[in-house]
Amino acid sequence: MTAGCNPACERTFHRDVTGPSPTTLKASRVKAIQSLSATRTLSTTHRSHTMKKLLMGLALLAGTAASAGDLLINGAGATFPAPIYQKWFSEYNKLHPDIKFNYQAIGSGGGIKQFTEATVDFGASDAPMKDDQIAKVPGVVHIPTVMGAVVVAYNVPGVTSLRFSPQTLANIFLGKITKWNDPAVVADNPSAKLSDLAITVARRSDGSGTNAIFTDYLSKVSEEFKTKVGSGTSVNWPIGLGGKGNDGVTGLVKSTPGSIGYVELVYAIQQKLPTADLKNKDGNWVKASIESVSAAAATADIPADYRVSITNAPGKDAYPISGFTWLLVHKDNKDAAKGTAIINFLKWAIADGEKLAAPLDYAPLPASVQQRVLKTIGELTVNGTKVSAK
Amino acid sequence: MADAAPAVLDAHAEGGHRGPGNLGDRVFNGVLWTLGIMVLVVAGLIVLNLALVARPLAKEHSIWGFITSTEWNPIEEHYGALPFLYGTLVTSAVSIVLAVPIAIGLGLFITQFAPPKLGRVLTIPVELLAAIPSVVYGLWGLFVVVPWLRSAIEPWLGKYFGWVPLFTGPPIGLGYLASGLILAVMILPTIVAVSVEVMKTTPEANREAALALGATKWESVMMAVIPYSRAGILGAVLLGLGRALGETMAVTMVIGNAPQISASLFAPGYSLPAVIANEFAEAVSSVHIGALAGLGLILFATTFILNAAARVLVTAVQKGPGRISG
Amino acid sequence: MMNLHSSFLYRKMVDRGMAVVCALLFLVAFIPLLSVLWLVITKGAAGLSWDFFTQLPKPVGEEGGGIGNALIGTLAMVAIACVLGLPLGVGAGVYLAEKGDGTIGNTIRFMAEVLSGVPSIVIGIVAYALVVKPMGHFSALAGGVALAILMIPTLARATEELVRLVPGSLREASLALGVPNWKTSMRVVIRTAMSGIVTACLLAVARAAGETAPLIFTALNNQYWNFDPRAPTASLTVQIYNYAISPYDDWHTKAWTASLVLLLVVGMLNVASRVMTRSRLKGAR
Repeated sequence: MTAGCNPACERTFHRDVTGPSPTTLKASRVKAIQSLSATRTLSTTHRSHTMKKLLMGLALLAGTAASAGDLLINGAGATFPAPIYQKWFSEYNKLHPDIKFNYQAIGSGGGIKQFTEATVDFGASDAPMKDDQIAKVPGVVHIPTVMGAVVVAYNVPGVTSLRFSPQTLANIFLGKITKWNDPAVVADNPSAKLSDLAITVARRSDGSGTNAIFTDYLSKVSEEFKTKVGSGTSVNWPIGLGGKGNDGVTGLVKSTPGSIGYVELVYAIQQKLPTADLKNKDGNWVKASIESVSAAAATADIPADYRVSITNAPGKDAYPISGFTWLLVHKDNKDAAKGTAIINFLKWAIADGEKLAAPLDYAPLPASVQQRVLKTIGELTVNGTKVSAK
Repeated sequence: MADAAPAVLDAHAEGGHRGPGNLGDRVFNGVLWTLGIMVLVVAGLIVLNLALVARPLAKEHSIWGFITSTEWNPIEEHYGALPFLYGTLVTSAVSIVLAVPIAIGLGLFITQFAPPKLGRVLTIPVELLAAIPSVVYGLWGLFVVVPWLRSAIEPWLGKYFGWVPLFTGPPIGLGYLASGLILAVMILPTIVAVSVEVMKTTPEANREAALALGATKWESVMMAVIPYSRAGILGAVLLGLGRALGETMAVTMVIGNAPQISASLFAPGYSLPAVIANEFAEAVSSVHIGALAGLGLILFATTFILNAAARVLVTAVQKGPGRISG
Repeated sequence: MMNLHSSFLYRKMVDRGMAVVCALLFLVAFIPLLSVLWLVITKGAAGLSWDFFTQLPKPVGEEGGGIGNALIGTLAMVAIACVLGLPLGVGAGVYLAEKGDGTIGNTIRFMAEVLSGVPSIVIGIVAYALVVKPMGHFSALAGGVALAILMIPTLARATEELVRLVPGSLREASLALGVPNWKTSMRVVIRTAMSGIVTACLLAVARAAGETAPLIFTALNNQYWNFDPRAPTASLTVQIYNYAISPYDDWHTKAWTASLVLLLVVGMLNVASRVMTRSRLKGAR
């Protein structure tokens, strides 16, 4: 009985509900009158059953305000850092059992939107908010939390090691290279056994910071990509299957032979997907790792509001598609309980939570940045007053 | 009639007098009227809200431009509904082509060929198909239908029918074909149910007349049942189509989420409900939200028209000429 | 036009052949049903455990966890939908049966039938505009409102048919004895139709429990226990969706098990309505 089952169709299958055909109606009329007392009893019991069900449901809802002692803080945003955030929230809840962070990974675009509309208490995004977006939420603060790598994962039967030069990668995602044994791919991989299997591109269908980082890189290395597709959380991809979230793209690559997609490093590792080496700005082939991501951030000039791109960074070991990810919070929190909880959590995350980043293959913030961020967190206020350390 | 007395006497014993302008009657009628009007209110709310939310879109785009543009670019705020309309229409068309012959065959079998008891029993599996929630169909589609299409059906079709533009391109499993196939399974119960209902109203006299003239059972069906039920079956098909157009979850999970227009059934695509489901939670600008609501309006309008047409056709048959029973 | 003078044998063959074809078509229709049920049962049964029903979902990579909060969420939102939708739907149906023979009645009837075909995602947009935006956040209430809107048209049509079936002589007898009109309607007519109405309600509830699309952007999701209708809430259907499109095998298994639970719930409601119908008819016979 799902959407659109017209009452006509219900009528057939529940003929008994709507009744027999007119010929038998006359007979049933007589019978109905004859056994009226029986139906009355039946109907009263059924009615009281419905009442009971209703009351029970209401009691469940009303009576269980018992757990109102716990504080629930809602956040939404990027799937890029979702694994580390889930870990952080879970660990923090163990330390403070009465504080719960509910994080929904709906993509950076969603995180920015929900935060702007104040339907959540904090947001998360790997794409820094643009100026016009910030104008809608004055007082938003970007708190960088960790750095991650966007890797190129692929599923080519029989091939476990591949590498792509910037031009090849851009042309694949522009749809100009359509087969795995295209000369450009072969040139990058002289020793790989490539067949004429078709390349199926997997990319993001939702507003994504991962998308922003990846397209930012491609726009930097390919003028054609920059003009045709551009960069941002949502772009006009000319081709490709759309996956929802990093999970979605990972799932597509994992299940579709011949596919190629871009995901955050930890997703590829967890799903045991092979990832490609890339040529960085200095001309070296680099694998994504904590070290290479940290190297990308080493030379970056990080402004006061922390909004910076570190793709295609200089440095001999730098991984070219690295990025920061940020939590979006209010400079001045209006809700005392929630604001205090958020600020205390941020302090814990940057001071202690960073230690949990490496096991999940996220690069912790560089030490100098950590110090700066802690200071910024110290400047956050709740109704005008700063929060003392807990 | 004696047994009717207890209920009625009870009601009487609790007092109250009949008469014009009785307060109890007025209150009761008033309450009923309000509740009845609620249906219209709900319908009005739906249209109004969609229109209101879609207004920012109307300021930026012309309606015609919205419907015919193929570009869906939230960054530059160009919104075109065409890829989604195309995807919705293609998947629905595939589902109708696959489901209608089967549904009519099933309907005939249940009403004409099977003994009545068997017919009643056979409605149970069809009913079960209708009761399975959409997301479970999507799950089944993802893990059963898509791999099957990818490894068996699409390569076979590509090999032997690759000259037809419908069957070109790499067999990735996800796409129009997968969606159409799952939709066909989902709309089958709807079409069967209404067809059975309609076929049952064929006056016995017509069928018996055909049989009396020496027709075989099949011939009597072709001569008496099908022509009589034609309009109703068309109505059933329209209802099924309406359901296919609006189906969200199962299609979202297997269509590939690509806002493109492709001739091949193997290609990934997008449908109206799927894009709303994927993008609504994150649409930031009011124009983007407006565009999605605009798609919702198109969807609402189409299903509204289809359901209305279907209803007219089905009731026309049921109230049709020559009803002997009743 | 059929040529009735062709060879009789040929016609008989065609007749038998078509009967066989129609029977075979049944098998074709059967296969997806069997496939779905088989898969849900075999892949899902393994994951059934007390933990599955009572635990919260665990983050990726951690073993165990369950759908406890999703179950409660679905129950809660369906309950809200019942509170809002049952009175309105049944009430509208009663109106149509009692007073619905004029133009207004016909319009309402037409609208109800057509509305029952509106895609649930569109209803989700409406609920978002009506509840989520004014409230400022996602909530179980918004989800419940969406489900209620879905239930109303179906209930109205079904209730109308049921109340109309109550024999007119019953009403006439009551009126003849001097019982006021409204009391007749409530105590005699509706009471008689009540078990049928409850059946229709069970079916509407079964439908609401299986909906996903309208909940995605009204109730969102929640990985904790939640008993506050004003907060985002997990639901069985949205959880299945999230697990299904993830790349994690462990979550895929959980999706099958959750589907098994959902099918059981929906199945039980449908069976209950059938049983009630049969007992009602038995009583009436």
